[in-house]
Amino acid sequence: MAAITLENLAHSYLANPQSESDFALKQVNHRWDDGHAYALLGPSGCGKTTLLNIMSGLLQPTRGRILFDGHDVTAASTAQRNIAQVFQFPVVYDTMTVGENLAFPLRNQGKDASYVAARVDQVAQMIGLEEHLRTKARGLTADLKQKISLGRGVVREDVNAILFDEPLTVIDPQLKWELRTQLKSLHREFGHTMIYVTHDQTEALTFAEKVVVMHEGRILQFGTPRELFESPAHTFVGHFVGSPGMNFLPVSIEGREAMLHGETIDLAQDYGNPEGETKLGIRPEFIRLSNDNGLPVRINRVQDAGRRKFVNATMFETEINIVLDADAVIAADTTRIAFDAGKISIFSNDWRIDGRAETPVKAGAS
Amino acid sequence: MQKTTNQRAWFLVLPVLVLVAFSSVIPMMTVVNYSFQDSFGGNEFFWVGLEWYRDILRSERLWDALGRQLLFSGIILLIEIPLGILVALCMPKKGWLASLCLVLMALPLLIPYNVVGTIWQVFGRSDIGLLGYALADLGIEFNYAQNAVDAWVIVVIMDVWHWTSLVALLAYAGLRSIPDAYYQAAKIDQASRWSIFRYIELPKMRGVLIIAVLLRFMDSFMIYTEPFVLTGGGPGNATTFLSIDLVKMALGQFDLGPAAAFSLMYFLVILLISYVFYTVMMSSDKEEVRS
Repeated sequence: MAAITLENLAHSYLANPQSESDFALKQVNHRWDDGHAYALLGPSGCGKTTLLNIMSGLLQPTRGRILFDGHDVTAASTAQRNIAQVFQFPVVYDTMTVGENLAFPLRNQGKDASYVAARVDQVAQMIGLEEHLRTKARGLTADLKQKISLGRGVVREDVNAILFDEPLTVIDPQLKWELRTQLKSLHREFGHTMIYVTHDQTEALTFAEKVVVMHEGRILQFGTPRELFESPAHTFVGHFVGSPGMNFLPVSIEGREAMLHGETIDLAQDYGNPEGETKLGIRPEFIRLSNDNGLPVRINRVQDAGRRKFVNATMFETEINIVLDADAVIAADTTRIAFDAGKISIFSNDWRIDGRAETPVKAGAS
Repeated sequence: MQKTTNQRAWFLVLPVLVLVAFSSVIPMMTVVNYSFQDSFGGNEFFWVGLEWYRDILRSERLWDALGRQLLFSGIILLIEIPLGILVALCMPKKGWLASLCLVLMALPLLIPYNVVGTIWQVFGRSDIGLLGYALADLGIEFNYAQNAVDAWVIVVIMDVWHWTSLVALLAYAGLRSIPDAYYQAAKIDQASRWSIFRYIELPKMRGVLIIAVLLRFMDSFMIYTEPFVLTGGGPGNATTFLSIDLVKMALGQFDLGPAAAFSLMYFLVILLISYVFYTVMMSSDKEEVRS
């Protein structure tokens, strides 16, 4: 097991990349600490898989270095890095039985037969394949095949890290939850560094202790699920994490007040006089309906989703989403909304700024 | 459940039935007809029953030709299938070099059969042929017109030259259809080159290889033109395969009855072996799906 450090990584699939837009991975500096479970979250095409393949050695980065526990492994092969990876679509060796599939990575390392047998039994039990050990992998359902892929990923005990590339895409929703739980318990039991790539925020937030959000080849934020939710470092994170995402209002800031079309919104902190294009961000969960104070809105529609009510409204030509409890009453004369001042985020040129400082500090990517 | 029957469908397949009748069934029935009769000049025919079948089955000639035929098909399958796979594995995966390879590989397949025979007939001659001349220069006696082993060697090499590309192209198509993820997974699992071949490439090529084996078996079992041009079936009867023998009998000696009986048995043998191939492959397929 090892801590993995990425230094100035950049990758382009073109032979001679010219401009920045030629790079799938623009500039990544990051450190994955040993023995933690991470999620790598981002929309399709943001460079997640590229980053993963570079870490496992399937791809050589155009620029930058990868260090395992401080040793440079940029030029090392996949085998030398001793890393496990599970792919989006199941890869099984058709002619082998399920058991032989699980044993394959161990046998390739020349492990002792009795150890292999014991370990295969153990892994099969953990992911629920014990009844299928002797059946041929060919002709099994996609669910079972992906379980085999997962099993091959976790069968080696001495791997430096296990990388998951959207491994539950082909799995039924119910089994998805079960497998994710099993992966978490595997992690607790063996303490491997696990990096889990997904574009599904629920998956990322439930699997990982810490989440990396990527967008257009860059890391925007690295933090706990709570941090991503409550204090997104970038408007994209606010928009991407949460369902529906954060609401953004173009405002001008003066100290503890945000101005919007002549209306004033009170802020919990003093932001001074920030430069650039300033936006106010507020989660749909932290907006209250009211009929006397707050900002004027027009309610467009209300969707009752059982546990919660989703309200869509328009305020000064900006669409606002509001999430209310299921038993919240929406009165006929409701024309105003109020924000929970402590939950407001302020962004300047799309990056989060913090209050109380005299000159606003840019909270960049870590 | 009540199924509605509609006999009108038969009218739709009628054109095909007529076509098949004229192209295969009627000519074949003519052959069946010949096989039970003796013919003389002046279009006289006499019913002889199973006489010709008994004759052919008792004659050494059919059995010898059949033995040579099986040996030939066996040898060329043993060479062409592994060689074709090897060539496909060595071919570049993309770029202009891959296209060039494909074109070069396709060339032997485009040459008419009798031209292939002629090319090798000239090529192997020790007086004017490059191969024969070079061998003679090296002090190796090579004379396919007189030495039976030499004749076999050149016929086999000719067939390998002519048809290995077909196997290679089929295998190449099979290889190209393997998703990259399999190779990536194999790398992650630290598989050796041999394991990749054994557990990924070979199983994924299985379908095209079955086709390649069947095509090459049937084609080589019916081989006629190339050895006929190259060796004429000689020396002696050393390279007289079934169809060469059949043509000798039917056209050389004009023994229509025995030739007809011969060709029907030939047909049955091909049918039988193909059926065995088919069932063996299908049953192994089923077994894997069932278990």
